[in-house]
Amino acid sequence: MSGVRTLPPLAAYSLALGDDALILAQRLGEWVAHAPQIEEDVALANIALDLLGQARTLLGYAAAVEGRGRDEDDLAYLRDDRDFRNVQLVEIPNGDFAVTMARQLVFSAYQYELYTALGSSGDATLAGLAGKAVKEVAYHRDHATQWVLRLGDGTEVSHARMQAGLDQVWPYAAELFDPVDPASRLPGVAADPATLRPAWEQYVTSVLNEGTLTKPEPRWRSRGGRDGLHTEHLGHLLAEMQHLHRSHPGATW
Amino acid sequence: MTEGNDTGKRGWPLWEVFVRARRGLAHQHVGSLHAPDATMAVRNARDVYTRRGEGVSIWVVPSSAIVANSPDEKDPFFDPAQDKVYRHPTFYDVPEGVKHL
Repeated sequence: MSGVRTLPPLAAYSLALGDDALILAQRLGEWVAHAPQIEEDVALANIALDLLGQARTLLGYAAAVEGRGRDEDDLAYLRDDRDFRNVQLVEIPNGDFAVTMARQLVFSAYQYELYTALGSSGDATLAGLAGKAVKEVAYHRDHATQWVLRLGDGTEVSHARMQAGLDQVWPYAAELFDPVDPASRLPGVAADPATLRPAWEQYVTSVLNEGTLTKPEPRWRSRGGRDGLHTEHLGHLLAEMQHLHRSHPGATW
Repeated sequence: MTEGNDTGKRGWPLWEVFVRARRGLAHQHVGSLHAPDATMAVRNARDVYTRRGEGVSIWVVPSSAIVANSPDEKDPFFDPAQDKVYRHPTFYDVPEGVKHL
């Protein structure tokens, strides 16, 4: 499979955002039939499907801009882990429900600012997607917020587990706001990740304060997902996600 | 948290869900679900009952707040209605062309 580095900037940017959504959709799908309540099964599957829809648009657009005859399925199912451009946050294992909610808070609050900014992108496809997706993501953010508040300000046990979830996830948050190479080459089209941080910071801080939780100050941080450097977990996720397509190329319903 | 509500095996109370399909219609009972509190019940109802565009408004009510008649009272409650045919509007002809009846 041809390297991602040769992609046009707009395709590379679309691919990076699409990979975030795709990989998190796959992770959240793992909760189905395992959530604490059947109602949460449905809620998490809903969120996963919203993300999958975003991923389809973004990967499809990346393939179209690339213009080499690949489609969304080729990009989703036929790349290896080094060619994925998602941040490491979305690939880390689900952990317990509190870890997943911590990750949801971090990521959906980021995506909310991202799509808000992309709503005024000079690229009509990205602006159109963002206008629709920001409503979905507002719900994802609210869902995560409700749970972080309840677990944080709940019992002694739920508070401890929510704090532990935040501590586990926080080292992966900074990567969301690192400069993305294609973004810097797409002025007026892409959203500069660093500009999304203040609003994100304000939102998550207010949720943590209200939930009587402490914002973690991690001593290390993840790097490199946007360059194809991933945790060991991504390969296993891809094996499961890509197995069917690779075993039965072109299979349809 | 509602006190004295029915609780599931993991301790979440049961809620009855009412959805209004569109403006001008009444809320209709669509089912029930478990949720830890009212705020989450509305969100769960959104996910479980309106994800295919079924509604524009959701009500949730603690199931324990519903007062129902007893099945034992079925006869005194409903039997007397069975033989009062004159309560049904079937004893006059509807003129041709009358709409919206």
